[in-house]
Amino acid sequence: MEEIIRVENLTFEYSTDESLIATKALDNVSFSIEKGSFTAIIGRNGSGKSTLAKHLNALLLPVEGRVLVGGIDTADSSKLWNIRQRVGMVFQNPDNQLVSAIVEDDVAFGPENLGIEPAQIRERVDAALDAVNMYAHRKKAPHLLSGGQKQRIAIAGVIAMEPECIVFDEPTAMLDPSGRKAVMDIIEKLHDKGITVILITHFMDEAAKADRIIIMDKGRIALDGTPQEIFLNADKVRELNLELPLGADIADRLRKAGIDVPQNIIEAEEMVEFLCRLK
Amino acid sequence: MIRDITLGQYYPGESWIHRLDARVKLVATLLFIVGLFLVDDYPGFICPVLGTILVISMARVPVSYMLRGLTPVFFIIVLTFIINMFMITGKVLVYLGPLTITYEGLQTAVFMALRLILLIVGSSVLTLTTKPVSLTEGMERLLAPLKKIGVPAHELAMMMTIALRFIPTLLDETDKIMKAQMARGADFESGNIFARAKSLIPLLVPLFISAFRIAQDLAMAMESRCYHGDVGRTHMHVMKLAARDYISIAAFIIFFAAIIFEKIYF
Repeated sequence: MEEIIRVENLTFEYSTDESLIATKALDNVSFSIEKGSFTAIIGRNGSGKSTLAKHLNALLLPVEGRVLVGGIDTADSSKLWNIRQRVGMVFQNPDNQLVSAIVEDDVAFGPENLGIEPAQIRERVDAALDAVNMYAHRKKAPHLLSGGQKQRIAIAGVIAMEPECIVFDEPTAMLDPSGRKAVMDIIEKLHDKGITVILITHFMDEAAKADRIIIMDKGRIALDGTPQEIFLNADKVRELNLELPLGADIADRLRKAGIDVPQNIIEAEEMVEFLCRLK
Repeated sequence: MIRDITLGQYYPGESWIHRLDARVKLVATLLFIVGLFLVDDYPGFICPVLGTILVISMARVPVSYMLRGLTPVFFIIVLTFIINMFMITGKVLVYLGPLTITYEGLQTAVFMALRLILLIVGSSVLTLTTKPVSLTEGMERLLAPLKKIGVPAHELAMMMTIALRFIPTLLDETDKIMKAQMARGADFESGNIFARAKSLIPLLVPLFISAFRIAQDLAMAMESRCYHGDVGRTHMHVMKLAARDYISIAAFIIFFAAIIFEKIYF
């Protein structure tokens, strides 16, 4: 598989005047992301996951090491807009990332910045709004929409730029359960369409939907693997103060009690099905 | 309660005036104001008054709704009327203690009040029939040629767009902070004006902090959507004058010519 993002020995520290001992927000992190994959990056507050996300589209530049997007170094300022067009970003707060007082104008903001022809912008905006099921609300003012709806508009704004990869920085952290579900459904749908998805989250059940989970702790990668591999390592996950998805958690406890549970059980429903069939 | 405020005084509608290009309305309003200052006698008002009545009836905005928008400036009209009435010397009509009302004073007062009312009503047609967003867009396009001499047309329009977008957000934020402070015993409603102004400090300080936080978030979101000023930027909306706009421009030119004609020959 072709790789779209490559992170090499990335180290970053926020410069502070007060403390002489600068704490490293990211410490020698290396990994690469394959085109079309769905990766979840999970970790506690302060684990460096959001800082990492901001390196992926050159909002932050590495202190040491480098980040390559499609082979282009993010430190190359002449390619900055190219990088940001290829790697879109959706942020946590749905309110603070919408620019215009009309939904469709907001979605058009990105393509307008890219200098696309008006007729083509129109097409992209309509398609993007359709993809997030918000076409009916295209003339409304964002402040009259719910948090989940606003977040879907923000996603549409990124889709309209036709990126290869979208980084979601805790997109559901400020939403209610129904808004969370709607946003997660769209993220999965985008992945199915072939867009590379990187989901930063602190909900393990959301991370479990990815093909690959990277667990961050104190600015380093603590675990990296498929959800199955990660959840088989249950003790290590608990050690990092993260909760396992219900199915995986019960599976691990049953295994310790001597019951043989298949490795692919992660979700609660899968566990229920397994238990019902267990003699 | 704060959620359903309408910004500005836009009155939704689909009338001829509503559907005119914002640029046409902006220029027409400006010229109308200039025209009002060209008028120097009572017969000169015939044209502007008839024109205003025609435009208002075409815009189909209820008169009561329009007048409600006038109440804040009503005070100014009355004040100028009174000052003009008492301050201008001439043939005395009435003595009121040390004050006098003169014939010339009364005439100027009525004249000025008429001009002010027409000015406010005329320009309010613009804001009543044009969405703030279209106004901003129209202004950006109109000012675009002035970019060459350093007028930051795009930046001004972008600031207005963001202001329009975030006023409701900041109102929400104000509401939240107010409730949080009231829950801790803050009192915003009693005491004299100084006590009340002082009680706003615990509201304004957190509000400013949160405004800066929002600005930082927004700047980051705009940057990651490739915003880099107006160089190489396009617009989704193509503003193109329609037949309706050309007819209106022609009608306005005749109207404006009539004002000038009246000024010269009568």
